[in-house]
Amino acid sequence: MDLNTTWFILVAVLLAGYAILDGFDLGVGILHLFIKGDNERRLAINAIGPVWDGNVVWLVTGGGALFAAFPEVYASAFSGFYTALMLLLVTLIFRAVAIEFRSKRPSAHWRQGWDIAFSVGSFGAALLMGVAFGNVAAGLPMDAQHNITGGLLGLLNPYALLVGVTTVVLFAMHGAIYLVLKTEGELQARIRGWVRPLIVWFVIFYALTTMATLLWQPHLAERMRTQPAWFLVPMLTMLAVANVPREIFHGREFRAFLSSSAAIGLLVTLIGVGLYPYVLLASNDVANSLTIINGASSQKTLWIMLVIAIIGVPLVLAYTAGIYWVFRGKVKLEKTSY
Amino acid sequence: MDDTAVMLARVQFALTIGFHYIYPPLSIGLGIFLVAVEGIYLKTKNPLWKQVARFWTKVFALTFAIGVATGLVMEFEFGTNWAAYSRYVGDVFGSALAAEGIFAFFLESGFLALLVFGWDKVGPKLHYFSTIMVCLGAHFSAVWIVVANSWMHTPAGHHIVQGPNGMRAEITDFWALVFNPSSMDRLSHVLVGAWMAGAFLVLSISAWYLLKHKHEAFARASLKVGLIFAVIASLLQLVTGHASANGVAKHQPAKFAAMEGHYPVSAPADLTIVGWVDEQHQTVQGLTIPGGTSVLLHQDFTTPVTGLNAIPMDERPPVQITFQAYHAMIGIGMSLIGLSLLALFLWWRGRLESSRWMLWLLVFAVLGPQFANQLGWMAAEIGRQPWIVQGLMKTRDAVSPNVNSGQILFSLGLFTVVYTGLFAVFIYLLNDKIHHGPDPEDAHGPLVKLPQKITDALSGHRAEG
Repeated sequence: MDLNTTWFILVAVLLAGYAILDGFDLGVGILHLFIKGDNERRLAINAIGPVWDGNVVWLVTGGGALFAAFPEVYASAFSGFYTALMLLLVTLIFRAVAIEFRSKRPSAHWRQGWDIAFSVGSFGAALLMGVAFGNVAAGLPMDAQHNITGGLLGLLNPYALLVGVTTVVLFAMHGAIYLVLKTEGELQARIRGWVRPLIVWFVIFYALTTMATLLWQPHLAERMRTQPAWFLVPMLTMLAVANVPREIFHGREFRAFLSSSAAIGLLVTLIGVGLYPYVLLASNDVANSLTIINGASSQKTLWIMLVIAIIGVPLVLAYTAGIYWVFRGKVKLEKTSY
Repeated sequence: MDDTAVMLARVQFALTIGFHYIYPPLSIGLGIFLVAVEGIYLKTKNPLWKQVARFWTKVFALTFAIGVATGLVMEFEFGTNWAAYSRYVGDVFGSALAAEGIFAFFLESGFLALLVFGWDKVGPKLHYFSTIMVCLGAHFSAVWIVVANSWMHTPAGHHIVQGPNGMRAEITDFWALVFNPSSMDRLSHVLVGAWMAGAFLVLSISAWYLLKHKHEAFARASLKVGLIFAVIASLLQLVTGHASANGVAKHQPAKFAAMEGHYPVSAPADLTIVGWVDEQHQTVQGLTIPGGTSVLLHQDFTTPVTGLNAIPMDERPPVQITFQAYHAMIGIGMSLIGLSLLALFLWWRGRLESSRWMLWLLVFAVLGPQFANQLGWMAAEIGRQPWIVQGLMKTRDAVSPNVNSGQILFSLGLFTVVYTGLFAVFIYLLNDKIHHGPDPEDAHGPLVKLPQKITDALSGHRAEG
């Protein structure tokens, strides 16, 4: 496999890792306002307490890897999504501050205010990321210098919005499963009741997005038409999603969580397979697109980066796993809690 | 690209990096402080030191959280506002940034969870290991970002070639890029500045407790270690600062001439203590030592130094602001050396706690390193203008071609509002932690572990009260 393809896969892996990990804590945020009771809300926040900061780092590193491996793509995408990204940054900042801040004062108004900031921030971040992802999947108008033309309103097209809403529902489902895993007693029973409707909603939106993709974005299915073996990916996605209610029913929350994580990873794979070898597809003229070749750094840099990744990634995975292991089990409110 | 858009993009970057740069130095400085005090705790088993470590861990966590949130903004901005720059240097600059993510951020944020939430979940040795890893992560992140930034000042290890979409910089020698001519000088200067920021924060809060006669045992312990760090770091900063200035004189003569307000093409350079640059008459009014700068650089009063007139007009940085920022930084640095040595002397004579004026000075000295750090960066970055990468690319050519003034004005307004709020939040929370003080429970290890139910009830009660 050539270096450019390797880096296409590695960036996709980082993005998938981000979606799986920050996906559940954004999901917890989306559901936050539906959780009643102050103690219950504190439990929900502390369920993601030790890990949410580290989850955001996947986005930072994904952005850094994109910058290093595909600087043209990084420059085009980030300047083209200017206003959307600025709003995304604000939602992420709001969320981070709300987590730190809400439990600092006992006042109910105070806490309700920060709860809204946390929830709206999480919802907005998930929606914006979904819309951005939908636009990348569909392709964007680009000029010959690979600058995205069209501005914010161009990004708010129906297909991208549909992907955005699907992302919100997916993260909400993923977050609910995580909460079932981390809570116990009455709170757990209540959240367990949300998982099934959320799965149903996710399947509805997944089906709609799939239909819309086949109708209006056929380029994403092209590879599956020519190389049918890739059809395994959407099949596995469906199986992973269908497995979630089964595991929940048998009380195996951890396996349910693994299933929904796998579903998210497979969805990112699906888009990646559909786009390859394009990274940013020009919807007006395919010649203006950025591919893994004309969007990439030099071979030498890709090689240096690969050495860095080979040294760094196993370390990262080892201590991330270790930290999740230390904080395994049901969440309890303690002295150091939020 | 119109000049307004370029100026707005620069203002936004200056605002966001300036705000961001309040926090990582505190994390770095507090990180190394935590390694020291938790180490003392493990060695002495005296619970007082555990109390010290736990209190400062909370302050550390606060600075870290805001550092992450504002750091994410920085990483996005290279692409959003400086797309032409990102295209031109991504091959070189991006690698250092990605290395920062892989080697530093994961380490820092991962082990931070154990540091903050893991006191009762892991053994003391593993906890101490986490503290060291977090501190190391904070330092690594400075290493990579300063390497990347130094490459913009003294580019090395690259060549300019035809890329897929035009000319661009590509790596030829990774280690030459990492050890570019200014990176080690600047890295040591930045790290020591960060240690000062951490040490003087510790001194400030500890001195406040001593003035108010609160948590005195805790404050004495913190102050002792903080003072040692402050003295060492302040003195060390003299060494790294001198090395940095020598490097600038050698590699960036235009910046150096602006920092010193030195105009003649080639003449011995004076050393100004305080002064005002008269840009029209190309002189500096103020307190100067004739030939002083030549002495510092070459140990000789008469060795000529390159002045601004040797630099083409369109490659000169703004002189006054570079000069003033540089001199203010040095003034603050010198004052902090004096202050920390005097405090050390009083402490050694056992008179520090009775010298209330000194404690008050220490309370406010926390601002010193913060201002010096900001001013130092201003001198470094403004002094490099009009270049974004010295000699390779000008700042006005680096902006995103498809982002207009209106969009930047919108985001600039957004950041101004959000950062003002964020700063208020930070001060409020810091103040809250100071008023709350160290937890008295930490100073006595629990004799028996309370059943979970009681702990829950206690913590629930505390949250409501």
